[in-house]
Amino acid sequence: MELLTTNNVWMMICTALVFFMHLGFSLLEIGLTRQKNTINILFKNIFIITVGLLLYCVVGFNLMYPGDFNGFLGFAGFGLDAPLTAEGTLDLAYNTGYTYWTDFLFQGMFAATAATIVSGAVAERVKIVPFMIFTVIYVGLVYPIAGSWKWGGGFLDQLGFYDFAGSTLVHSVGGWAAVVAVWLLGPRIGKFKEGKPQAIPGHNLPLATAGVLILWLGWFGFNGGSVLSADPELTSLTLVTTCLAAAAGGVVAMIVSAIKYKNLDLTMFLNGILGGLVGITAGADQMSPTDAILIGSIAGALIVFAVSFVDRIKLDDPVGAIAVHLICGIWGTLAVGIFGNLAGFDQFISQLIGVGSYAVFCVVSAFIIIYVLKKTMGIRVSEKEELEGLDGFEHGMDAYPDFRLNEH
Amino acid sequence: MKKIEAIIRKSKYRIVRDALHEVGVNFFSYWDVTGIGNEKEGHVYRGVSYSTSDIQRRYLSIVVNDNFEEVTIQAILKAAGTGEVGDGKIFVSDIKEGYRIRTGAKGGDTLN
Repeated sequence: MELLTTNNVWMMICTALVFFMHLGFSLLEIGLTRQKNTINILFKNIFIITVGLLLYCVVGFNLMYPGDFNGFLGFAGFGLDAPLTAEGTLDLAYNTGYTYWTDFLFQGMFAATAATIVSGAVAERVKIVPFMIFTVIYVGLVYPIAGSWKWGGGFLDQLGFYDFAGSTLVHSVGGWAAVVAVWLLGPRIGKFKEGKPQAIPGHNLPLATAGVLILWLGWFGFNGGSVLSADPELTSLTLVTTCLAAAAGGVVAMIVSAIKYKNLDLTMFLNGILGGLVGITAGADQMSPTDAILIGSIAGALIVFAVSFVDRIKLDDPVGAIAVHLICGIWGTLAVGIFGNLAGFDQFISQLIGVGSYAVFCVVSAFIIIYVLKKTMGIRVSEKEELEGLDGFEHGMDAYPDFRLNEH
Repeated sequence: MKKIEAIIRKSKYRIVRDALHEVGVNFFSYWDVTGIGNEKEGHVYRGVSYSTSDIQRRYLSIVVNDNFEEVTIQAILKAAGTGEVGDGKIFVSDIKEGYRIRTGAKGGDTLN
């Protein structure tokens, strides 16, 4: 009982930390985009966390954790259904690490993250209502079904696929949808001139920096809570590997971008930290500190090349979501088969199968949703609206009404 | 009355302000401006290099009585210069009349 209390308190703290990540995502996104679209981005982020939680309560939780099921798709019914004892109190035998309520809320905080990743990639040009519809379907159905394959005990779990806290289940699931969305949406006006990528600098790097540090803090809960108990060894090791990978990712991204571009670019430094965090997430409890530093370092280097690769294939991703969440998510997932306690050929193959399964499922479902939205209601704002800013047209508001010097 | 408009480096603003106070020019307006010029600044953002010809300067608008024209100009010339390209410009023009809104009075006294 006392152990459960301790475990449960830790899990609730982690739940709060994961919640806090939504502030981090919001600040990062508005920091790396232009001021004329700030309200629109904040609106999307607030929509995602509020509606995401409600959806997870109504359908998501029971889709993701259906109990015994065929391994591909199961559903335990609408709403929450807490297990009760004969006396009518909450049945604490549910799990030794947390109560039913904690389980729901912790997982619910994760669910919204996948759509938040997409939000950053499509920023500054997506129509708000179709994006909201996409969010509802993706967070309500796609994410939980995908999650059930591993965390719900589905076929990938049976296969030995390992994803500790969601390099694939959360980050790549969001990342694949981001690729599809960005591709169907097209680049922002002015992003490519005669085929060459142009810089569209973000309007507030202090906010972007705060966002990244908040995300890093939130990751203590994201990975630390994924131990699913307050196990002293595993939680502390997980926090160590998480932080070392973040630090290594940042430093390496900073160095590589300095060598490649002869410039100390803060945004690459920030993306490198996030790349390291996403990279370590799949195996945070299985790595030694050295492994963590290596995984983070490779993620940091990948970020720099991935950002320019995404530019080269003419995808416009204002915040680097594809590089951070998809590329580093895939890397982190595969790294479980290369580094740490689980390393081995068979594990690597399992990881590959996992990455491939999610790629197919997420790309296909995101494509269907977004393509249908594109053909029916359109997913892109008008040219005039994009040039003058989404804030004024979609929301009739200005993020900084007393402070407006330039046309952005 | 003359209007003296000066476009100066932001970094020189405090020195120019103090120099103006020293010669007895205590009232003026200023604002930050962006202009286009020969100077090009190179930037790199997320691996994309770009250059901009936008130049940030401070714009001073000073209205003085005729006998202050020369000292004001000299004060700015001395205080705002670095010798490098980009130190800025001074423009002088005639002002027909000035009014003080509170009293409705007009003429040179309204400048104090």
